Order: sequence, then structure tokens, then C-alpha cells
Amino acid sequence: MTEPLLSIRELRVEFPTRRGILTAVDGVSFDIAPGEVLGVVGESGAGKSLTGAAIIGLLDPPGRIAGGEVLLKGQRIDNLPPEGLRRIRGKRIGMVFQDPLTSLNPLFRIGEQLIETIQLHTGMNAAQARDRAIALLVDVGIPAAERRIDAYPYQFSGGMRQRVVLALALAADPELIIADEPTTALDVSVQAQIIALMKRLCREHNVAIMLITHDMGVIAETADRVAVMYAGRIAEIGPVRDVIGRAHHPYTQGLMGSIPTLTATAERLTQIPGSMPRLTDIPTGCAFNPRCPHVFDRCRVERPELLPAERTLAACWLYAADRRATA
Amino acid sequence: MSVLAQPPAAQAHRGLLARAWDSDIGYSFRTSPVAIGAAAITLVIVLATVFAEFITPQNPFDAAALNLMDGFTPPGEAGAGSGMYFGLGADSQGRDMYSAILYGSRVSLLIGTASVIFSLVLGVSLGLIAGYIGGRIEALIMRIADIQLSFPAILVALLVFGIARGLIHPSLHEQMTFAVMTIAIGLSNWAQYARTVRASTLVEKRKEYVDAARVIGLRAFPVMIKHVLPNVAGPILVIATINLALAVLEEATLSFLGVGMPPTQPSLGTLIRIGQQFLFSGEWWILLFPSLALVTIALSINLFGDWLRDALNPKLR
Amino acid sequence: MIAHLLRSLLQGILVILAVGLIAFSMFRFVGDPIASLAGQESTDADRAELTERLGLNDPFPVQFGRFLAHAASGDFGISYRQARPVADLLAERLPATLELAVLSALFAFVVGIALGVYAAINRRGVIANGVMVLSLIGVSLPTFLIGIGLIYLFAVELRWLPSFGRGDVVHIGWWTTGLLTDTGRKSLVLPVLTLGFFQLTLIMRLVRAEMLETMRTDYVRFARARGIPERRIQFRHALRNTMVPVVTIVGLQLGSVIAFAIVTETVFQWPGLGALFVNAVQFVDIPVMAAYLMFVAFVFAAVNFLTDFVYLLIDPRLRH
Repeated sequence: MTEPLLSIRELRVEFPTRRGILTAVDGVSFDIAPGEVLGVVGESGAGKSLTGAAIIGLLDPPGRIAGGEVLLKGQRIDNLPPEGLRRIRGKRIGMVFQDPLTSLNPLFRIGEQLIETIQLHTGMNAAQARDRAIALLVDVGIPAAERRIDAYPYQFSGGMRQRVVLALALAADPELIIADEPTTALDVSVQAQIIALMKRLCREHNVAIMLITHDMGVIAETADRVAVMYAGRIAEIGPVRDVIGRAHHPYTQGLMGSIPTLTATAERLTQIPGSMPRLTDIPTGCAFNPRCPHVFDRCRVERPELLPAERTLAACWLYAADRRATA
Repeated sequence: MSVLAQPPAAQAHRGLLARAWDSDIGYSFRTSPVAIGAAAITLVIVLATVFAEFITPQNPFDAAALNLMDGFTPPGEAGAGSGMYFGLGADSQGRDMYSAILYGSRVSLLIGTASVIFSLVLGVSLGLIAGYIGGRIEALIMRIADIQLSFPAILVALLVFGIARGLIHPSLHEQMTFAVMTIAIGLSNWAQYARTVRASTLVEKRKEYVDAARVIGLRAFPVMIKHVLPNVAGPILVIATINLALAVLEEATLSFLGVGMPPTQPSLGTLIRIGQQFLFSGEWWILLFPSLALVTIALSINLFGDWLRDALNPKLR
Repeated sequence: MIAHLLRSLLQGILVILAVGLIAFSMFRFVGDPIASLAGQESTDADRAELTERLGLNDPFPVQFGRFLAHAASGDFGISYRQARPVADLLAERLPATLELAVLSALFAFVVGIALGVYAAINRRGVIANGVMVLSLIGVSLPTFLIGIGLIYLFAVELRWLPSFGRGDVVHIGWWTTGLLTDTGRKSLVLPVLTLGFFQLTLIMRLVRAEMLETMRTDYVRFARARGIPERRIQFRHALRNTMVPVVTIVGLQLGSVIAFAIVTETVFQWPGLGALFVNAVQFVDIPVMAAYLMFVAFVFAAVNFLTDFVYLLIDPRLRH
């Protein structure tokens, strides 16, 4: 196996509050291979965005990384000084946020923002940087890029702005892009265009993408592998076809059952009873145990590790070796 | 973060004070030494002025109680005339500065409070009317508020004061000063309340319960008032607290300029105006102590108001 | 863009008209203009004749129109107290007030923005907290006490600077300036500090709050995510966005410096318009009060218009 591009080991993110420390991300581990698209799904509050922010050191205080490691090409980056992390941001890891309407500085021409980023990371002169900026805009599908480069963000539609944001993320040819809900704020038709664009960019620039979303449709469309997060932990991780088609963790199964499809003829969509626990009262053992249809004693006391279940890994005691033997 | 809110049912059986103490605001208060200090100082000053008669050695504005021989007694010395001890010194008339300051603070705080109540009632009413009725009346009220807000309060107050002087017969000037000052300061500060209440009223007006109230035959206006007022109570309280400090300072400024309380009913501003005459001659205590009192009052109310604003607006924390 | 400026101009004119109405109503209804002008020994016939001659029998709108026309040509009548044309009184004192106000505004603006940005960037620093405490004291310290304090320190104790007046002034046409003489410049220092201090604390707090707000926006987050150095984000990306709301409010504030000068001028016996106005209020000299009011409204409208113009320069979204 080739060396993973990004490797997260037992990552913990905590928020100290006056009612105690909240653990928002708890022991998350996964790898991303070069050029791979890893989808990260989960409900709001499951910790997926925080995981993304923690990787590039952009947790808002008082949030902090309380444990674990983040490795980029085998080199630890979570303990770098702020200046070291800054040099990685934008240069080796790009980021795309949810709302293209607010991601761009309204008072600067998009060209100024692009050229600034390019010059910062590549050391090009102004003219070279401008040429590259135009090339990037063409690449992300901005028509009449030569002219539009001098426009202000408010002169672009939402979809066009997200293209500009992608161009900015690609400015220094990063190896990885962390895309946090990149299509959520867009119209459905525009969503499809942006997804197609991201897939093409991923292929052509050989850039890996960590795609954070709550939209299984986007994941199914784009991702190679998918990690399902629940209450700050990974519930299941595996190739996208297996997680969607043959889910093993009861939470993933419930999640898939609740998605409407055109082909299936189910009378009604299934629904998981209850809701995700607040960070203040995550139950002991498996975080999903109060809602799980298959819960048994061990789930209530002991927290499950990721266990192999066919082609995926599921954090569920149903797949413990002793149990599988009896099943 | 809603994750932190405790379920209300768990606390419902406890008293209001206990709940207030345990609420987020109560917590913020308990852990803020500045807020506690400011509130304590404000409370002490208010109590001292209310009970001034009982804790001062003389009534400084009863001419019979003064001894001219005590004039200019420095702080901490006994007067040459009466032999009385003057902790903060005496002014040119032999008036005890400590007593004068307490009586003066009382006048300052009374005018401040009265004018805040005046502007609060005026502003809230106008805001409700503007938001509820809308149309031309709203436009007119808000336009006046805009204009008023763009001129400094002190200018508006001076103007109102001047006009009132022109309208009131000169023989009544002295006894009417308190009311004129209250109205002048009150009229210069109502616009902020009106803006806040109007905005909230506009939001409430669009909600369905207002229509529902109309459908079942209730008059919508009283129903709305009941819903709007609790919503704006927080911001109004903050504005009122900070305005109280401003009103006290505004009163002091007017009196300092010589267009406020007369020397027969001096406020802190009047005392400072009198004390300023001795700036060059060395009787510093006649100027310094009233000034300190004024700044202490304004600062403690301001600090409290500042904390209150932050506590009620967690976003800013 | 032109529509935007026109709207701003129209608003200014509306404000001037509204204030004009107040000023005119004062003229007409506060006190008795006939009694003040005709004097004690006038007969009823004299009074009736004067009333007719002054046009006080005309309908209200006609009188108001005439008042505005006169005001526009600089004619505000005769001061009750000083028996001189109000316009002359104003012209004589205008340079003193303008010089004081403009210098104070400049001082408050430059120092206020610098300190505000500093306090926002080093939010937890000792100096930043000290600056914030200072600003809170500034808000609680009335202007006249600041003035008195400065006089005590620099005029009474240290004897470095004069405590009152403008010093020697140089006449340039009808304008007078204290900037060209040594005593004139020295005389300006304390009043400028006094008048500017309150505005300074306001601007500083505002800039700090807006800057902190801006530093929380998505585009600042995105700029960080692109690896832009923090200093550059603060001074290039955030500062410009901070200035958008700041310019509006600061513009309004600076317009009111003229009016705040009332107190400073009284403390320093500065021969300006503010001191004139306080005197007019004390003696109910209505023509002077009305004229001063119109002057302030005019300054306010002018500054407001200018502010909108600067706004356009900063924010491209408004240019279309």
C-alpha cells in the first residue's frame, strides 16, 4: 500500500466550558490516499466540520486539539507552531467553505484575492501570478475570465462564486482540499455542476479531497470512500459502494433507510428513533446504544473500536470476533 | 450553544431570585469582580444620598447652619468658627463639602433617574406606535428620531432649556428648573428606545398570533404590547442603565455651563462650577471632591451597564 | 451612484428644513419679537405698524419661506442682547470654532483608529486592556472635567500652556487663525485634547468592536485557510471592511464635534460659536440660538454628504 497523504490518529477536539470540558471529536482515525476523495458524513454536531478545521489548525478558540496526531505525508503537522501550519494552509492543504456568498472578501476584486494567494505561496511576480489566476478561473469554468478577473465578488452568482472559491483553494496546487459542505448553500442544479467540477479537478490536478457533507447524494456521486460520523466518533468507514449498499453499523443502516430513492418502492421511509445525544450527555459505551435496535449489554459499558465487517470497518460490537463466531 | 442550556423544568420550582442567581446572567455576575464592585458602589451611593439627612453633620443649604468663619477650612481640619470637623473641607461659605456632595449627588441622581424614566416612557411609546401603526406616522417618528440622534444630546438639551426659559415667566425659573432639566435631558435621549422597540414591534407584527388575536376578536395592540415588551426588556434595560450615566453627566454639564441647577439647589455640576473658581487659588478640595463624586457615580453605572450589555449579548463575549 | 449621492443630498436638505422649522418656530412663538424689538415705550400703533412691517401678519408658510430666504442669504436678524447683526457675530467667531473642531476631529480620528485596531488585534494584551479601561473612564469623564484637569496640570502646576483664550491670532482676510503664532498654537493644545478625547474613546471602541466582528467573518476564515499571514489579514483584509461601518458613524460623530465644542469653549473661554450659544441660552437670545442651530444643521448635512461620498470610495458594492 502506498503511503497515505493524510493520516489522522486518535484525534480528540475539546471545548472547555464552564460546565466542564466538551469532547466534540473523540478518537477519530482515518487515512486519505493521494488523489482520493474521502466523504465524511454525519448530522450537524457530529464533529465532521471540527475534524476538518482541526486538521489545518483553524479551530476557533476555546476549541483545541487535546490528543492524537495529524500526519501529512508521514510528517506530524498538528504540533507545528502557528507559522509552520500557516505555510501548509493554502500551499499543501486548501480549504473550501460552505457559503460562497460570504467566503470572498466583498471589498477586493477576485483577481486581487487570487493573485495575493498565488504570490504568497509560489513566489511568482505580479504578471505571472495574474496569468496563473486567469488560467485558474478558466479551469474552474468562469467565462470571460480575462475580463471577470477584475470584477468584485458581488458581481458573481452563488455558483460562480463557489467556482472562484475553488480556484482560490487550488491557487498553489495543494495536495489535499478540505471541502466543508461545498454545495449545501447552492441551488440543486448548481450543486451538480460544482460536484462535476470538483471531480474533474480532483482527476486533473491529482488532488485528494476530504468532502464534508450531510448529503448522502453528494457522497454517492463523488466519494471513493466514506466515513460516517456520530457524536464525535467514526461509526463506520469503507468504500462508498459498500457503506451505501451494505452498511453494517446500525446507525449507517438507519441513515441509509431514511434516504428516499427513485427505484425503491418502500411504503414509507424508515426513521431512527430519538436524536443524536448532546455533547454534554454522551452515553457510556457505544454513543448510539440508546437508539440502537440491536443493543445488548456490552454496548452500554464498553466503547467499540472500529472492527472489520466485510469490506467496511464498523464501530459496533455486533462485529466483535467472539460474537461473529457464534453468529 | 444550546447544548449548555439546562431544561427549564428542573428549575421551575425554585424562587425567582435563586433562579436569577443560577442563570447564565447570574453566573456572569458572580464571576465578574467589576460588575459586583460597580453594583456595590452604585448601591452605596444611592443609599447614602437617600438617607443624606441622617449621615451628614449639617444641612448645607440651610443658611442658618453655616458659619462664615469656617470658610475655606482644608480637609481633615476643624473649622475656625464652629469648631466642627470638616472631613472633606469647607467651601467659601463654610459649607461642609461632604454634606454638599451628598445633597448634590441626590439632586444629580434624581434628575438623572427622572429623565431616564421620562425618555424611556416616551421612547417606548413612540416606538410601539411607530411599529404598530406604520405608514406616515412611523416615517415621521423615525425621521424625528434620526434627526435627534444625529445632534448631540447636550445641544438638544440646551435648546429645550433655552426654549423653556423663553416660555416660562422669569419669576418661576428657579422653582421650575428641576422639571425643565428633566424634560430637557429626557427629550434628548428618547430616540434609542424608540428605535429598539420599533424594530422589535415590526418583527412581532408579522407573526401569526397577532392575526389570530384579531380573528378571535381581541384587540391586537394590547396583545402585541404583551409580547413586544418582554422581548425588548433586555436591550431597554441596557440602554436605560447606560443612559442613566449619560443623563447624570449631561445634567452636570448643563449645570456646569450655568444653564442648569442654580446655586440654591446645587447638583454636582453646580458644585463643580463653583469649585472651578478656586482652581488657581489653591482651595483644591472645593473642586476635586465633587468631581470625584461625579466620576465615581458615572463610572460605576457605566461599568455595570457595560457588563450588563455583554452578559445579555453572549455573541460579544 | 449618482442616485445615492442625490438621496444623501436630499436628506441633508430635509434636515436643514426641519431644523429651520424649529428655529423659525422659536423666533415666532418663544418670547415676543415685537416687545424685544420695539422697546418699552412703544405705543400700540407703533407695535401694529412694526408687526405689519415685519410681516408677522402673513400666513405661516409665507413667513417661514421668508425666514429661510433670509437665512440662506446669511441674514438672521439682530441679536436681542448685543444689538448687532447675528451674521456678524457668527462670522467673527466661526474661525475659532472651525479651527478647534477640525483639529480635534483629526486628532480623534487618527489616534482613535490606531488604538482601536491595536486593542482588537492584541485583545488579551495588557496594553489593550489598559486602553479599554481608559476608554471607559473617558466615557464616564465629562468633557468639562477633562478640560479642568488639563488646565490644572498644564496651566496651574506645570505652567507650560495657557489656560484660556486663543493667544495671538493672525488675520487672513476675514479669517483668523492661531496656527501661525507661537501663543496661538500653544493655546490650541489643551482645547483640542479636551474636545478630541471623548470622540477618540468613542472611535476607538467602535473600531475595536467592528474589527473583532470582521475577524469572525467567513472571508477572514477563508483567508486564514489560504495561509495568508495574520498581520496581512488584519491590516489588508479586515481593516478595510472594518472601515465601512466606522466611516458612517465616525462621520456623524465628527459633525457633532462642532456642537460638542460648546462645553470646551466654555471651559477655555474660547471665543467661538459654542460659547456664544451658551450665552444666548442663558439670556434667551432667540435670534442667536436660531442662527447657531441652522449653522449646526448645515454642518451636519455637509459632513453627512461627505461621509456618503467616502463610503462610495470604500465599498464597491454601492458604486453600481
